[in-house]
Amino acid sequence: MSEIIEVQNVSKSYWRDSLEISVLHNISLKVNEGEFLALMGPSGSGKTTLLNLIAGIDRPTKGKLIVAGTDIASLGESALAKWRSASVGFVFQFYNLIPVLTAFENVELPLLLTKLSKSERRKHVEATLDIVGLGDRIHHYPKQLSGGQEQRVAIARAIVTDPVLLVADEPTGDLDRTSAEEILTLMERLNKEFNKTILMVTHDPHAAQRARIVRHLEKGDLTEGDNHENIKAHI
Amino acid sequence: MRILKLIFKNTLRHKLRSSLTILGIAIAVIAFGLLRTVVTAWSVGVEAASADRLITRHSVSFIFPLPLSYRDKIEQIPGVDEVSFSNWFGGVYKDKNNFFARMAVRDNIFDVYPEYAVPKDQLDIYDKERNSCIIGKDIAEKYKLKPGDIISMEGDIYPGQWDFVVRGIYQPKYKTTDGTQMFFHWDYLNERMTKEMPGRANDVGWYIIKIKDPSQSAVISEKVDALFKNSPAETKTETERAFNQGFLASTSAIITAMDVMSFMIIGIIMLVLGNTMIMASRERTREYAVFKTLGFSGKHMVGLILGESMFISCLGSFVGLMLVFPIVASFEKFIPKAFFPVFYIEPITLILAVSAALLIGVAAAIFPIQRVLNTKIVEGFRFVG
Ligand SMILES: Nc1ncnc2c1ncn2[C@@H]1O[C@H](COP(=O)(O)OP(=O)(O)O)[C@@H](O)[C@H]1O
Ligand SMILES: [Mg+2]
Repeated sequence: MSEIIEVQNVSKSYWRDSLEISVLHNISLKVNEGEFLALMGPSGSGKTTLLNLIAGIDRPTKGKLIVAGTDIASLGESALAKWRSASVGFVFQFYNLIPVLTAFENVELPLLLTKLSKSERRKHVEATLDIVGLGDRIHHYPKQLSGGQEQRVAIARAIVTDPVLLVADEPTGDLDRTSAEEILTLMERLNKEFNKTILMVTHDPHAAQRARIVRHLEKGDLTEGDNHENIKAHI
Repeated sequence: MRILKLIFKNTLRHKLRSSLTILGIAIAVIAFGLLRTVVTAWSVGVEAASADRLITRHSVSFIFPLPLSYRDKIEQIPGVDEVSFSNWFGGVYKDKNNFFARMAVRDNIFDVYPEYAVPKDQLDIYDKERNSCIIGKDIAEKYKLKPGDIISMEGDIYPGQWDFVVRGIYQPKYKTTDGTQMFFHWDYLNERMTKEMPGRANDVGWYIIKIKDPSQSAVISEKVDALFKNSPAETKTETERAFNQGFLASTSAIITAMDVMSFMIIGIIMLVLGNTMIMASRERTREYAVFKTLGFSGKHMVGLILGESMFISCLGSFVGLMLVFPIVASFEKFIPKAFFPVFYIEPITLILAVSAALLIGVAAAIFPIQRVLNTKIVEGFRFVG
């Protein structure tokens, strides 16, 4: 199996009024293609920051990031945007759907940047909404959907362009237990049936249990050798 | 196509806010159109109305007469079309309270003042008789006078008993043309003065000079006054417009204020739309971060914001332009024609209004666009509005 993510000695700092806040310290991480990895850790440990770096919506202060075969830290702004739309799908804690667009239109958004014709786009969108089980909610607006349904629309939007990598930042953080289980089951399916590599940030041990590998982040450092036994101890 | 739909949907998001902004722009366009129309109509009116007439009077005061000999000298000045003159007669008609202007005038006065419209046949008879007179329509109505009637007057400035035969009634051409004047032959006055008070013979109250080119008024005025410099009766010549100083000085200040105001309105409405756009784009900070995450570029963000801004400003201007025509038309009815002979929306006003709308649309989008382009994706997601 080939590596789809290779994080090499990456550090990230933010500056607040000339005060340096070091968030990630010299992180290295390798993820194989087709993997389902959960990233755990307490709030403020840098999970979101690491995810954003890997997904190419933020830039490291130091180090190298090779994702889906591209050295993304060296890409220019527009090349990076192109790379993102082709290679990564994003799922957020608060869904981040566009409220004035229907489920169909939200899922169609990433396809507007492709060369697909209108009818081809329609086919893709409908098929994807079927996969997430919302074939009958196509013309609903986000506020007409439940939280779990909104998150499924968001997942559909993330996978409609068929990216190799799916990143999810606390995708069940805002959902009740049942809806959360549904979302996790869907992600498992995407990983197994559709061979998506999934990188999921969570601090919910139940969620992490669904992943095949779990890594921990503590105050900006990746701790080694974690496994499911440790998680079970947490539950 | 999708982007247009999104722009449209975004505009409808805060229906009240968008409607108020559109209404504000519409009102601004109407105010702008109306103000500009008054300003342009005024300047057109002022130029057309009376700038081709100069008044020459004694430099000290009105009550001092000028010699008749000035007439021929003034007529020699290049650019002078016609020279007429006039004396204030005064007098008492029946009762001291019956006041109206009575003027002894040179026979060509009705060429110089075409706004006093006298029927041709009446004018012909007037010209032939020594003691005939022409009165305004309002005087004729008030004192029930008709052609053939005798007006007897007791002179004060020019003492004695004076009888005039009404031979014509003039119609005021414009709403503000004075219909209450009486004109009679200056020659009639002068004949009696020559006989009875020779010292006052050949006295002229003031000269009225019709010039060929209104733009030459300043030059010709100077030439007239230069002609009589250092003579016993120095003159002061100015346009009829300037002659009515009191009225015009205040009016032109109002017009200038309107002129300035019309452009200030554009500035104000720019701030209103700018504020709307800034609020709208702040609320959508997270959404813009989503768009960028999905791979949409700065150009797309510019399109979304500029598109919405232009959509609102164009819609507002359209509503305003639709309403400004009937409003200006109904205004026209209440506007004095003599000062505003033309009162309609000039093409330049429309062009200005439309370009102002486009300018407002662009200007209002600048700050939101700058903000969106400068906000990094991760900052956008962390933003709490
Ligand atoms: N854009 C930013 N500017 C300044 N500080 C930031 C920024 N993003 C994250 N941080 C800080 O970095 C630390 C890690 O944040 P984050 O990666 O969101 O943690 P987690 O997702 O594990 O809760 C926090 O202390 C946070 O305040
Ligand atoms: Mg986080």
